[in-house]
Amino acid sequence: MNRYPIWKYIVIAITLLVAVIYTLPNLFGEAPAVQVSAGKVTTKVDDGTLARVEQALKGANLVSSQLALEGGSVRARFDSTDTQLKAKDAIEHALNPTPGDAAYIVALNLVSRSPTWLTALHAKPMYLGLDLRGGVHFMLQVDMRAAITKRLDTLASDIRVSLREKDVRHGGITREGNSIEVRARDAATLEAARRVLTDTQPDLEVAEPTGGEPRLVASFKPQALQKVQTDAVKQNITTLHNRVNELGVAEPVIQQQGLDRVVVQLPGVQDTAKAKDILGRTATLEMRLVDESAEGRAAETGTGPVPFGSEKFLERDGRAVIVKRQVILTGESLTDAQPGFDSQTQQPKVDLTVDAKGGRIMRDISRENMKKRMAIVLFEKGKGEVLTAPVIQAELGNRFQISGAMSVVEANDLALLLRAGSLAAPMEIIEERTIGPSLGAENIAKGFNSVAWGFLAICVFMCLYYALFGGFSSLALGFNLLLLVAILSMLQATLTLPGMAAMALALGMAIDANVLINERIREELRNGSSPQAAIHSGYDRAWATILDSNVTSLIAGLALLAFGSGPVRGFAVVHCIGILTSMFSAVFFSRGLVNFWYGRQKKLKSVSIGTVWRPGTDAQRTNPDAA
Amino acid sequence: MEFFRIRRDIPFMKHALILNAISAITFLLAVFFLVTRGLHLSVEFTGGTVMEVAYVQPADLEKVRGTVSALGYGDVQVQNFGTSRDVIVRLPAKKGETSAQQSEEVIQALRAADPQVQLRRTEFVGPQVGEELAADGLKALAFVIIGIMIYLSMRFEWKYAVAGIIANLHDVVIILGFFAFFQWEFSLAVLAAVLAVLGYSVNESVVIFDRIRENFRRYRKMNTVQIIDNAITSTISRTIITHASTQTMVLSMLLFGGETLHYFAMALTIGILFGIYSSVFVAAAIAMWLGVRREDLVKTGRKEGDPSDPNAGAVV
Repeated sequence: MNRYPIWKYIVIAITLLVAVIYTLPNLFGEAPAVQVSAGKVTTKVDDGTLARVEQALKGANLVSSQLALEGGSVRARFDSTDTQLKAKDAIEHALNPTPGDAAYIVALNLVSRSPTWLTALHAKPMYLGLDLRGGVHFMLQVDMRAAITKRLDTLASDIRVSLREKDVRHGGITREGNSIEVRARDAATLEAARRVLTDTQPDLEVAEPTGGEPRLVASFKPQALQKVQTDAVKQNITTLHNRVNELGVAEPVIQQQGLDRVVVQLPGVQDTAKAKDILGRTATLEMRLVDESAEGRAAETGTGPVPFGSEKFLERDGRAVIVKRQVILTGESLTDAQPGFDSQTQQPKVDLTVDAKGGRIMRDISRENMKKRMAIVLFEKGKGEVLTAPVIQAELGNRFQISGAMSVVEANDLALLLRAGSLAAPMEIIEERTIGPSLGAENIAKGFNSVAWGFLAICVFMCLYYALFGGFSSLALGFNLLLLVAILSMLQATLTLPGMAAMALALGMAIDANVLINERIREELRNGSSPQAAIHSGYDRAWATILDSNVTSLIAGLALLAFGSGPVRGFAVVHCIGILTSMFSAVFFSRGLVNFWYGRQKKLKSVSIGTVWRPGTDAQRTNPDAA
Repeated sequence: MEFFRIRRDIPFMKHALILNAISAITFLLAVFFLVTRGLHLSVEFTGGTVMEVAYVQPADLEKVRGTVSALGYGDVQVQNFGTSRDVIVRLPAKKGETSAQQSEEVIQALRAADPQVQLRRTEFVGPQVGEELAADGLKALAFVIIGIMIYLSMRFEWKYAVAGIIANLHDVVIILGFFAFFQWEFSLAVLAAVLAVLGYSVNESVVIFDRIRENFRRYRKMNTVQIIDNAITSTISRTIITHASTQTMVLSMLLFGGETLHYFAMALTIGILFGIYSSVFVAAAIAMWLGVRREDLVKTGRKEGDPSDPNAGAVV
């Protein structure tokens, strides 16, 4: 009765093989590497890139232990971090000859040392979380209110233009909260304005409030509102991508979380201050004309009030600039910004490129405002700052340049700021975690030691207490660990320190099933069953209990998975998988071992399960009448 | 080897009243400390910044505190973390300043005081995230409780579900009571540990309830008290060995896991120890007070609700 059909042994053998294969990559460790990936949408990383990297390494007399093109990036492995750093400089120099215009991202990375045949089987090591490898984690919240008001401001100026084109003489257009108000002197004008609005602005709902002066109130339709919000998050993510590319991070993670949040993870980043600085620039960019009227000039020197329709901003050096409220262009229209040198004056300059619509607006504005100043205003956390306010020297198109008194460094910085793009809405860091690389390595060691020593202690105890059955239980526990690591590697789940704690806990709890079984078998033997019958009913009866107890643990695990975030989620994933693997290994696998060992012996006299103590016949504790 | 050579059923239920009184007192003490002292919530729940810095020599905490306080943060905590060279600095969230500026400012100030200081880790959580995490934590707890209740009542009967949940919530409150009394830091990891231990302790009650059900079927002549005593006695060796094994793992975490896993392992330790106690003494006793009967579990076709049943609400 304790025999497995052959297919069950085959299942065990196959599972074991698969588990070993997928666990293996974790044992090889990681090698320093340089990773080359595309820095722009237009650049392609292909065999040509691979050849260039090879050439660059040859030129610098550096030997790569493995050079390959994997999933859109070239990876070159090295034996030491020293060669890795040299190689990075060499490759960077060869691929990105002009600084500031990086077509390729050349980043330091760690890649698995596992042999190619394992990688070919898609057997990859577990992905280490930031707390184990070091890096930066940010959670940013997009300010949706600002995104909507910003969009409304743009729409208000669009409406102004279209009303002027249609010759409708309105009495003023303003944004009031989440709606745009168009005032008119008489009903006929109001009607005309309403027709223009419904024709040109499909996203807006137009209402005509009674009472007060005749006016129209336009606000977003619900779907349009939703679109503004999703677009805002999308644009911010794109901008963050651009900024992260500037940092040269090998495997950045930039994801939307929930409706209005973005998570950014930069593993392995050493210079955390720089990362924070570049990402933390929650800036939006606007180009506006400087108010050069007499009142504006008076306000600039501090001798008069800021005129109506203008705002006062400060330049970096503290000088006041009076800027008109009307926005000519926002950072959305800007497609590129590069530092360079003016061919005539040899002064540093920044070349700007804007999209077609922006180019048209630029041409009109510059023609009308020749020799006047245009300010580029950077908004950070709702506060505006004038980056530069150059004088318009000529009619501009979609390519133009900013030149004037600035140093090379300033030109580079300005170009980076402009190029990194603007955000559709300001963002705020609401969660931040920075883990130094040395701490990550320590955490790995701590997690590993916890699991290893705990595992060892349990195995020793089981073998001493339950003899051969304890040995089977220990093997089953080892199999459980193998299976758990294999599944986590297969899923490419992120392993964190809480995850390693969950692994230890899962093993500590998994042994419960084997203790239950072994105790049951002892009890059956104590009650006088034959060894074979005891094994059979021991496993059978323990099964119901094991199932029950695992279900309750699983409920807790699922709750953590559903409601947990960050570190708790890492814990929950391992916890849940651990419960499932423990059912398989503790029951199916250990039974297989026992059956294999004892199942064939028909006249089995005794089993090695430690001392089975039998109370004397005078004290039958299971006899109901004796109690 | 055999540790448990038990000749007779141990009359656990005879002492049920005393044991339950002990439980009640511990429980009330825990509640008392929770109310008077409150939990020392980590930055994840309250919002704020935590920075871990490492010095080459043992750090002078007073000096560090002075340097950080000089920056004008209100409630600054400076403590050693693990070793005397590692220092942890906790700052409250400050309006109008990003986390990046905050931690940068502090590390600059510390560097000015001692150039060899190294920033090991920073963690910043905004106040809105903290509130969400606390709300999610409570939701998770509710989910676990309801889930386990439903499962137990499906698998056994409502009386067992109530008994099991009361017993294990009593564990949770006691763990929290410990954290309140010693003012240990209550972090997300500790919350995870508490929930894991809740699921784990319920196992224990399940094993005992399972035995009770089996005994009801097997031993028709025993009364409820004897059935429960027998069930606990025959599972006690398994209970202790299993918990000892799990505790071995947790101990290993406590010893090798370092400061980060310390309170996590601590919560598990308390949970495991009280888990044994509550499953054996509290859950079974409550089930007894609630009046579990053979008829509830073994379908005999007889109608429920016989007030003169001698097994109902049996008192020893």
